[in-house]
Amino acid sequence: MSQPRVVVAMSGGVDSSVTAALLVQQGYDVIGMMMRLWSENCDTEGGSGGPVTSNRCCTPDQMADARRIADQLGIPFYVIDTQDVFRRTIVQFFTDRYAAGDTPNPCLECNRHIRFEWLLNHALALDANFLATGHYARVQRDPAGDPASPVRLLRGLDPGKDQSYVLSVLTQDKLRHAMFPIGEYEKPRVRELAAEFGLPVASKHDSQDLCFLADGDYRRFLREHIPAAMQPGPILLRDHAQTDGEFIGEFTELGQHTGLPNYTIGQRKGLGLSYHEPLYVLGSDPARNALIVGPREMLGANTLIAERMNWIAGSPPVAEGESLRADVQIRYTAQAAPATVFPLPPDEHGDRMRVVFDEPLRDITPGQGAVVYVDDECLGGGIIARVER
Amino acid sequence: MTHHNSDVIYLDHSATTPLDPRVLAAMLPYFTEDYGNSMALHRLGRSAERAIDTARDSIARELNCEPHNIVFTSGGSESDNLALRGPAQFARTHDRPFTLITSTLEHHAISATARQLGNTLGAALRILSADRYGRVDPDDLRATLHNLPENGIALVTLIHTHNEIGTRNPIADYAAIAHEYGALFHSDTVQSPAYDKLDVQALGVDMLSLSSHKFYGPKGSGALYIADRVPYMSAQTGAKHEDYRRAGTHNTPGIVGTAKALELVAETRSEIGPRLTILREKLVAAVLDRVPDAALTGDPVDRLPGHVSFVFRDVNSSTLLMHLDQHGIAASSGSACKVGNEQPSAILAALGYGPEWTRGGLRLTMGQHTTAAQIDRVIDVLPDAVATVRRLRTLSF
Repeated sequence: MSQPRVVVAMSGGVDSSVTAALLVQQGYDVIGMMMRLWSENCDTEGGSGGPVTSNRCCTPDQMADARRIADQLGIPFYVIDTQDVFRRTIVQFFTDRYAAGDTPNPCLECNRHIRFEWLLNHALALDANFLATGHYARVQRDPAGDPASPVRLLRGLDPGKDQSYVLSVLTQDKLRHAMFPIGEYEKPRVRELAAEFGLPVASKHDSQDLCFLADGDYRRFLREHIPAAMQPGPILLRDHAQTDGEFIGEFTELGQHTGLPNYTIGQRKGLGLSYHEPLYVLGSDPARNALIVGPREMLGANTLIAERMNWIAGSPPVAEGESLRADVQIRYTAQAAPATVFPLPPDEHGDRMRVVFDEPLRDITPGQGAVVYVDDECLGGGIIARVER
Repeated sequence: MTHHNSDVIYLDHSATTPLDPRVLAAMLPYFTEDYGNSMALHRLGRSAERAIDTARDSIARELNCEPHNIVFTSGGSESDNLALRGPAQFARTHDRPFTLITSTLEHHAISATARQLGNTLGAALRILSADRYGRVDPDDLRATLHNLPENGIALVTLIHTHNEIGTRNPIADYAAIAHEYGALFHSDTVQSPAYDKLDVQALGVDMLSLSSHKFYGPKGSGALYIADRVPYMSAQTGAKHEDYRRAGTHNTPGIVGTAKALELVAETRSEIGPRLTILREKLVAAVLDRVPDAALTGDPVDRLPGHVSFVFRDVNSSTLLMHLDQHGIAASSGSACKVGNEQPSAILAALGYGPEWTRGGLRLTMGQHTTAAQIDRVIDVLPDAVATVRRLRTLSF
């Protein structure tokens, strides 16, 4: 009987190379695939069409690395042209959300729409049973093999490398086909495995958050691509007496900002203001193109509303009106913080939740994901829509 | 399902062909035994020179020319380069205007070289468009040849059998027209020798490019036929090899292999063409019947016998080729790209296909070893593969 077929998303880096090697060793019928994603300096549509010089993740350089590794492992390797769909969805989403005043996380959307939809569809069309990636996360299937029982998503075994945050968008029909073999290992062990498999160990290219930027400078990218969202506007000091969630009421204009996307919540330096006490970025009011600042004690909030929720089990863990004690992570690099989670009635974008943290957090940022964990299990996540104080 | 290379249904003969074992046998002694430099005075040198002379004689007989009209090169691209650069440089050094007449359907070895000669040596380019079969109208050629500069050198270069769409062009007619206007005529005949006898006298051509690996010979070897009347200045300078027309130590095994391969295809030509034409007709009819929004590109009748080229609407060639590869079918396309940066086929665009078609070319080129069973297998697999690739495009976005 033939072995289950697995398509491995390869990048030429250590993690996905070890992923492929482990699966080959385990006897799967493995096919390597790489998506060519759109990136600024690979864009030939409007450009000269000449050779590109980029050394970033979508480029022939890394393709050559991945191709060599696939050849070494004796597996086929194909590159899927994903530039068009990536530009139309992820890059467009990125600029749209910034234009709307959010700080989006395109990796979440990429996993939702590109890796585990576009690429997964390509894998399934090749009669693959699974799509494997080099993420540090674990999937737990029903030990009895009951296909109706939900597949669970767990943090990777290496707490320092865990990437379940960006996988919180996966639904059951996607997770069912997902494999994350290196999530069972700690990073140093993955490097050892690479050496044991005879794979190049030196990671010349650690994955980038914003792989489509030519130089990693998202502010420059936004200036060039959405100049309208990078207009200067007023910096407003929030009145001390205001306690509602929204920025309303009396404000004092203290100066001019250089464009809202240039600032992050909690930022103190670089505001160019003189005031009798330190001021921090509290948020923005996109309707007025205003940056809202305030003193330290105004910073921080303990409540967020998240929308476009994906509950990995397929439905909320507790009924509406009930609550759940959990740890909630508000950005890829943040520590999850203890909180109480209240599922809310869905709106037109899907399920929602309210999260009330035990202690206020300084930098809850609309547009980022709020991901819910109980111990090591990722229950799902949503996109932060609002902060309440 | 893993396919070993020996199980592959190889339908990419226009890209390259397997070396005929008899050609390999003829070449082998010149790697390790008769390894001398043909320019050397000693016996090993003489032995190599004799092998090269014999090969040159053989090729000259096949092309119906004198042996000294054959220049050995590294392959089709070099032959095309020399054919264009030699006369262009001659014209330049003799202070004569150089006009290069070509078409939008040429191989990159011609089109890119022509562009460069325009930029560097001031060649005046006149580029003809082609009809929907990829064929230049003789009247258009005539019209283009009016008003050539006084005392100039003009060179017409038009492909014989088209690598991407299979069309066979009437190069004897083109050559005659070129000569009416005092222009020279070159043809890229790289795809032809396995099927067509190339008699340079009957065709009336002044230059013609050959590439050995397209007819079961070795890669990295080729030849250029140059008539005595061609004004030519060496485009690769060095020692006096090839009568000062192309410097570089002779690739003796490659030259021997080229001659042997040409002899062998000449023997089987009359049998292979009709056999592959029947398979081709069957494949084309079945695919056009079973796949919606599909077309055959190139001339449906007057084309390379083993050459089938389709274009499919709303298909990305690379993805289709990936699926065919997984079924053990090795095919290609004019636009497919291993690094996922698929560009529209310039040839399909020149034939008038819109953007929804130009990434969807598929070329299936048969050869000596192609069997009816293999073609049946392709007929089984291809319609589903196209449907799958189309579904993938619409699935997500």
